[in-house]
Amino acid sequence: MSWIRRNLVLMLGLAVLVYTFVPIFIVVLMSFNDPRSRNVYSFGGFTLDNWLNPCLDPSMCDAVVRSITIGMAATLVSTVLGTLAAFALVRHRFAGRSSTNLLVFLPMAAPEIVLGSSLLALFVSAGFAGQLGFRTILIAHILFCLSFVIVTVRARLAGMDDNLEQAAQDLYATPAQTFWRVTFPLVFPGILGAALLSFSLSFDDFIITNLNAGTTTTFPMYVWGVAQRGVPMQVNVIGTLMFVVSIAIVLVAEHRSRRQRRAALT
Amino acid sequence: MSSVAEQESAATEGAAYDGLRLRGLTKSFGGFTAVDRLDLDVPRGSFFALLGPSGCGKTTTLRMVAGLEAPTSGSIELAGQDITRTKPHQRPVNTVFQSYALFPHLTIFENVAFGLRRRRVREVRTKVEEMLELVELTTHRGRLPAQLSGGQQQRVALARALINEPEVLLLDEPLGALDLKLRRSMQIEVKRIQTEVGLTFIHVTHDQEEAMTMADTVAVMNAGGIEQLGAPSALYENPQSTFVANFLGQSNLIEGTVIGRSADLVSVDMHGVAVSVPAVRSHADGAKGWIGIRPEKVLVGEPGEELDAPGNTIPGGVVTDVSFVGVSTQYLVRMPWGQELQVFAQNTGRNRLFRTGEQVELSWRPEYAFLLDHDQDASAGAQRVDAS
Repeated sequence: MSWIRRNLVLMLGLAVLVYTFVPIFIVVLMSFNDPRSRNVYSFGGFTLDNWLNPCLDPSMCDAVVRSITIGMAATLVSTVLGTLAAFALVRHRFAGRSSTNLLVFLPMAAPEIVLGSSLLALFVSAGFAGQLGFRTILIAHILFCLSFVIVTVRARLAGMDDNLEQAAQDLYATPAQTFWRVTFPLVFPGILGAALLSFSLSFDDFIITNLNAGTTTTFPMYVWGVAQRGVPMQVNVIGTLMFVVSIAIVLVAEHRSRRQRRAALT
Repeated sequence: MSSVAEQESAATEGAAYDGLRLRGLTKSFGGFTAVDRLDLDVPRGSFFALLGPSGCGKTTTLRMVAGLEAPTSGSIELAGQDITRTKPHQRPVNTVFQSYALFPHLTIFENVAFGLRRRRVREVRTKVEEMLELVELTTHRGRLPAQLSGGQQQRVALARALINEPEVLLLDEPLGALDLKLRRSMQIEVKRIQTEVGLTFIHVTHDQEEAMTMADTVAVMNAGGIEQLGAPSALYENPQSTFVANFLGQSNLIEGTVIGRSADLVSVDMHGVAVSVPAVRSHADGAKGWIGIRPEKVLVGEPGEELDAPGNTIPGGVVTDVSFVGVSTQYLVRMPWGQELQVFAQNTGRNRLFRTGEQVELSWRPEYAFLLDHDQDASAGAQRVDAS
């Protein structure tokens, strides 16, 4: 009885972790599945076939490559534009600044289905009707990533001590040196976080993409399409890979900051 | 007003002034004038303090000298060069910020080396090591600022500015964030370093004790201008305005009517008692004035007692409050005209302690009194009771 009381918090914590990780575990498990029947959701036996032939269905790999390309392009453009916008919003006083601050939140607050359908209406009325595809998806992704970048970088910038840049100038740094030696290194974690967030938002988006994709298929759209017939096991391979990559990024970041802390202590 | 500045500028007239010279310096923010036509000469190699309450314009003045704020009008000259419009990174001036503003992503070594690296100075390593030794932080060179205590961060900020050997080092309330004990030891430390390196230091502070302890020359600022400038002892002993009299220590200011002026004495009728003030300590031309006397210069005794101060004697006081603080006893004495005067009596053991309600007589030597302009507010610059 007392043992339960003492370890209740620990057990609850473990239960939450299990709850969170079971779906991921299933994805990893299924990537090694050798389906015996049409019912692909049961584990038939262990095999490496899925990993050895990830592109058994070439259209899936095309979709993955397309999603990664769109994700990277959208991340690059929205991170650059969003960072510049965040600097303008924090550092400069101009007419319409406070309303801009407010408007930046709108794309995040609007339901995706509303944003997606209004974008579709815009594209059609702008004459893109027959040409929906890579370009329109990219434009849509840049649009919603931009808000997240601005908000993330702006928070980082606003939390920075103004005196630091003044101190740099006082210590003979030119405006360019002040930016690259002091401002940028201090804001960089915010920019990096914004870029990672943008990529995962873009890679994973279904609703807005589906409405503006025309006949082009991204990875989430592919999965949605094949889900009716039975998801090929290779989808789990891609899922596992994505999971491993994100874990790797987190571990590398954690390792770097720990090493810095340790180096600083000696 | 600024007698020291006038002497200095007279001495260097003709040749280019090698210190810092401010002329007609003005800074307005919208409708508010933070610094108003300020003239100031800071001699090379001096430890100069700008002392004043918050909002008096002292920090704005400092920021204009650093180039972080552009003057509305006026000029700044440093060692004969006009630097009014130059950018902060082009001025041979460095600042120790109130918040230290250490670069959080750089080690202590790199923080100190920052200015040298920007100017591409050689032998960075040797110079930084020397500077870290001066501020006793050699073992902390690899750490980040967040891993240092407040006092250590303060020393890094000082080292980071000093290493550049600027023409003028500006200190913006650098000790404000430290606790009292640490502040006292840092005051001595900063003073020692200034003597060692011999650079011009301009120290901005609202702490009158700090200014008087550290600086050779103190400029008392009020409402965007300089009230009085001089050596700490001169300012304290012979204040020229009620603001200085109250802001630097405490003063009793008593209303009086001038009844006669001779070459070296001014006679004043103070509520029926005739007192005199040396002419050099009289700063009032009108018929009325404020007679000022520091509380520790006032002697207290029994009525009719022969006090060892042959001078102004004022009878009829009643003790209304006694605080015994060890080295001295602080009395409040109500005078016949209703005003309460402060008296600090040293506990030398020669005089007995008075109790509340006792009749006493006050006295002071005429050479300690000063006379101030009656048009000035007698409570200007006085510190509120709750903020000692």
